[in-house]
Amino acid sequence: MSAKPYAITLDVGSSLANKTGSWREERAVYVDRMPPCNDACPAGENIQAWLYEAEEGEGGYERAWRKLVEDNPLPAVMGRVCYHPCETACNRGQLDEAVGIHSVERFLGDEAIKRGWQLERGAEPSGKRVLVVGAGPSGLSAAYHLTRLGHAVTIRDAGPMAGGMMRFGIPRYRLPRDVLEAEIQRILDLGVELELNHKVEDVLEAMREGGFDAAFLAVGAHIGRRAYVPAGEAERIVDAVSLLEGLEEGEKPLLGRRVAVYGGGDTAMDAARTARRLGATDAVVIYRRTRERMPAHDFEVAEAEEEGVMMRWLSTVKHFEDGKLLLERMELDEGGFPQPTGETEELEADSLVLALGQEADLSLLDGVPGIEVADGVVEVGPNMMTGHAGVFAGGDMVPAERTVTVGVGHGKRAARHIDAWLRGDEHEPPLRHELAGFDLLNTWYYSEAPRAEQPRLEAVRRASSFDEVVGGLDESNALFEARRCLSCGNCFSCDNCYGVCPDNAVIKLGAPGERYEIDLDFCKGCGLCVAECPCGAIEMVPEET
Amino acid sequence: MAEHAETETGERDQRVRFYQVGSHVVGNRLLDPEQRTVQARMDRSNTLTSGHRACRGCGEALGARYVLDAAMRASEGKLVAANATGCLEVFSTPFPESSWQLPWIHSLFGNAPAVASGVAAALRAKGREDVRVVGQGGDGGTVDIGFGCLSGMFERNDDVLYVCYDNEAYMNTGVQRSGATPPAARTANTKPIGEHPGNAFGQGKDMPRIAMAHGIPYVATATVSEPHDLERKVETAIGLRGARYIHVFVPCPLGWGAEPRDTIKLARLVKETGLFPVFEAIDGEVTGVSKIRRRTPVEEYLRPQRRYAHLFGEHPRPDIVERLQAIADRNIREYGLFGDGSEEEVGW
Amino acid sequence: MLRQAEGSAAVAETVALCRPEVVCAYPISPQTHIVEGLSDLVRAGTLEHCEYMMVESEFAAMSVCIGASAAGARPYTATASQGLLYMAEALYNASGLGLPIVMTVANRAIGAPINIWNDHSDAMSQRDSGWLQLYAETNQEAVDLHVQAFRIAEQLSLPVMVCMDGFILTHAYERVDMPTRSQVDSFLPPFEPRQVLDPADPMTIGAMVGPEAFAEVKYLAHAKQMQALDVIPAVAEEFESAFGRPSGGLVRGYRADDAETIVVALGSVLGTIEDSVDAMREEGVSIGALAIKSFRPFPLEEVRAALAGAKRVVVLEKALAVGVGGIVAANVRMALSGLQVHGYTVIAGLGGRAITGPSLQRLFADAVADRLEPLSFLDMDWGRVEAELQRMADGGRSGPHAENILREVGIVAGGSH
Repeated sequence: MSAKPYAITLDVGSSLANKTGSWREERAVYVDRMPPCNDACPAGENIQAWLYEAEEGEGGYERAWRKLVEDNPLPAVMGRVCYHPCETACNRGQLDEAVGIHSVERFLGDEAIKRGWQLERGAEPSGKRVLVVGAGPSGLSAAYHLTRLGHAVTIRDAGPMAGGMMRFGIPRYRLPRDVLEAEIQRILDLGVELELNHKVEDVLEAMREGGFDAAFLAVGAHIGRRAYVPAGEAERIVDAVSLLEGLEEGEKPLLGRRVAVYGGGDTAMDAARTARRLGATDAVVIYRRTRERMPAHDFEVAEAEEEGVMMRWLSTVKHFEDGKLLLERMELDEGGFPQPTGETEELEADSLVLALGQEADLSLLDGVPGIEVADGVVEVGPNMMTGHAGVFAGGDMVPAERTVTVGVGHGKRAARHIDAWLRGDEHEPPLRHELAGFDLLNTWYYSEAPRAEQPRLEAVRRASSFDEVVGGLDESNALFEARRCLSCGNCFSCDNCYGVCPDNAVIKLGAPGERYEIDLDFCKGCGLCVAECPCGAIEMVPEET
Repeated sequence: MAEHAETETGERDQRVRFYQVGSHVVGNRLLDPEQRTVQARMDRSNTLTSGHRACRGCGEALGARYVLDAAMRASEGKLVAANATGCLEVFSTPFPESSWQLPWIHSLFGNAPAVASGVAAALRAKGREDVRVVGQGGDGGTVDIGFGCLSGMFERNDDVLYVCYDNEAYMNTGVQRSGATPPAARTANTKPIGEHPGNAFGQGKDMPRIAMAHGIPYVATATVSEPHDLERKVETAIGLRGARYIHVFVPCPLGWGAEPRDTIKLARLVKETGLFPVFEAIDGEVTGVSKIRRRTPVEEYLRPQRRYAHLFGEHPRPDIVERLQAIADRNIREYGLFGDGSEEEVGW
Repeated sequence: MLRQAEGSAAVAETVALCRPEVVCAYPISPQTHIVEGLSDLVRAGTLEHCEYMMVESEFAAMSVCIGASAAGARPYTATASQGLLYMAEALYNASGLGLPIVMTVANRAIGAPINIWNDHSDAMSQRDSGWLQLYAETNQEAVDLHVQAFRIAEQLSLPVMVCMDGFILTHAYERVDMPTRSQVDSFLPPFEPRQVLDPADPMTIGAMVGPEAFAEVKYLAHAKQMQALDVIPAVAEEFESAFGRPSGGLVRGYRADDAETIVVALGSVLGTIEDSVDAMREEGVSIGALAIKSFRPFPLEEVRAALAGAKRVVVLEKALAVGVGGIVAANVRMALSGLQVHGYTVIAGLGGRAITGPSLQRLFADAVADRLEPLSFLDMDWGRVEAELQRMADGGRSGPHAENILREVGIVAGGSH
């Protein structure tokens, strides 16, 4: 300084002595928020986290898959059959279209099968044994998680093949069996014992006999609900579950050319689409309400329609005689309930498939003390335990939405509670972060990117084969789709905060992923970093005075 | 400008990849580090460093750092700046502290371009043309009081990059109208009093066009909302010799009555409305425009600013808003700011 | 090397010998020939490593010099009159930043009314700008002062104005002993800037300084000018030994040691004054002269010493401080503080009005007889002044004096406007 003229010439960078942080009334704070996809996932997947890995491309796919299977061991299945509530919740849906999470999940699942990635065991063996009843999604999920937690697991299933509803309820044109089998096998390869054709008649007896310390019941709901339809003796009436199960076991059901399906759920759609593939020229779904009120998912209805399935809305079946169905027209009352109108019409049909819902066979719990059953399902606590200590249950046999993903989620949740219970402990689920709503995003920053659509089998071929209808994304499209993720509520290292601070008060800690820190010596609290964070991962909080 | 695109070759077909946030953000971990902005770099020079006394959310402080950090990188740290009087000078160099980290001189309000020319002349006389020179000032120092010196610098094609940080009024003296103040804007001497509230409608001084009329090698406009674009222009400018001009739009929360956190939003909106065309020109001819991504009515830009509050208050003036919209629409037509750029808008 | 040369050309060649690295040129009479000469020298390659900048104004000229000096180059420019005023803001800035810029001022009147002829109004208006002001009596001295000015400026890191009377010197052909390249090179070392804009050692030049330090900064500028009171004579002395002729310095007396009456003046008018002194000495009048060479800094002690033995002092100056009178006289008065000396201020030569020997001798005779008013005007046409004053007193709307007087003189035709 001495050589320089006093006061009018200054040393560079000397303003660092002026701590402008003292101006601040509010400070910026980095937060992690709950992305809506994660929030909505019944299987509790950390979707955003595995998308983040997948976004890196080739180098990130295996990391993405490993992140994914921490929660769900069946990504290839899930990417095909999950009704993806994550995508319904996805904030990108409010921008253009939701991220095709399921298609990326499927890509990762298929990559894993193709490349032979194996699951890993986690903890040291605990010496505890757990009986899992039912080799469906819930049971397989529980078995997987329990094994990773160090417990020895045996699955018993009454059927001849593992998979439960994934095999017997979902047609192979939606879920090819080689995919299903590969993912089941990978779980079994962890050392899970599978005993097929082994119906557990009495759970307590089975536990005693096998020396199991706990049991997880996931027998599903395989009994088709029957409705009384007055019918002639010769009329063919089958239930949809039996139809699909029989098909899977190699039967060739004779439904005729004209098949009517009664019901409005996804199973009704599956039954009608299966009927088309079995040679029916006319497949008609009869439902008492309107399309909007139909429980079947839109895409199922749309695909069914593409395949020539016809719909008869606002109709009930009065009776079935002489190859003719008598239908009554309904209308919706103010509450949205269908009311008969008295108007009728006839519909020719060679068979009637009932798809009116399924019930669980709970006979294995007969006489077990403490068990409570209501509306045909078993009551469980938040820890998935039934009223009988050590007996847990999940999937379609407990009160919940009946989907594969919910089942997988139950399996995971039950496994964690069983693990805690076996250790004489209680599992505390981590606190959920505040939801990252759309309004927290600054969507300007995301590139325009229409959703990558999955290829579809031509409709003509669908009518004659059980080939998979919906194809997978190729690598580049899957990568594209992964990168459509907005990373709602969680930093994805875009450097915006670091860049936009007029006071250089954001410190970049390192390479991508290492995040940032606010330099409170200089942060004036302008809030630009918050406003320009694309994903809402920073918030302003009042300065303590 | 188009997003950075990378073509991958190999067993797969040649195709362009998508990068989530592309080049809209400062960094983006998915881009090659060389394609991220200078501002994303941990080793950026922070040419204007912390401790300066700019208001919260100052667009000029941000713009100056964006420009000079990019220029520092492009010149490999061999950069000298001459600064006009104004906010930027006052908030960065009150005795005894300076926020600058490069050789920097402040002389007067109206002579920054000439001082810069003098520095450049000295360097050339000494055979030190590896050292590059930036002149800089606010809109008052540039389009008004410094106009003569700037025009002279252009006309002589002196080897100077001059950067105007335009916040559309004399902020340092208390928000008075400048030759760059837009029509209808309230300033301390164009208050919403009388029949014609705010600044008069007129041509104003379209400094970038005036610069182009000098036929200098490079003229560009930019905003603080798009650092990739801004840095590319600075880098281009540093790579050229002769007189170059970059006009950077920098919102002023204090002078405009806007929220400090809205600085970048307003810079974004002014471009998206078409009120401020973002373009570049080589040798006096427009060679590229930054297309509007989400066309936005001017009202959306005007409303968050209290300097336009008189257009929307108890006695709204939709007629004036319409005239401002007409200015934006004319810019869009004149520069082709919207459409015909689908490849950019898709963001591949 | 003796040569017959135009003052401007001699100065241009001398400046070129001083190896300026940046020369700023903006045309204004009567300095134009100097920068034209430099243009030729640069184009011809005589002056190498020099950027010749044809700027758009004097304000830009000084601003370019500021930038060039701060970047470590040796800048030069020349101006006059309105041009000097137009760069006024930059003058203060250059001195405030302590930049050693050398500028020739070819002294000329300031309008309105516009007038291109010589007086000292321009330089006097910038006497407090922080620049050193050296006044040349002859073209020889103008040449010599430029060589010295670069030395002084760079030694002190302060800007220097070399003032030479417009036309009277700039356009006059006189015999000049031109310095040689080797003489100048050995007298004037390369510029070693005190501070420089250098990426290798960055600094911030031109901070904003508040009340806490402003007065100190200003005092330091004053202190530097006080140091110049030592540096200027030292450089002059060194110059004399190197070039073999006296030039510059602070003051120079002429037959003043024993004079009862001493005439004080600046610049070329000293020649006519000395002739008059000689003539009056012939007649036995005890009269002498004192040339002030350095008006800024003002050599109070040297002036006092030179004038202390006189009975009366006549300050003859080519500028009028409207509303008070003399500028140089006020400074001289300060030098004589506490002494019983009769002081007369004479304003002469405004706007190029010739200062003739006979007029001076009449004036000095009046002074010696103590018949002078404290403030008087040489060769003023009082008749015209009185007439205009009367007209103003008669009518409500006087109109511009200049036009009225010119109409009176018959230069402008009478009109209705």
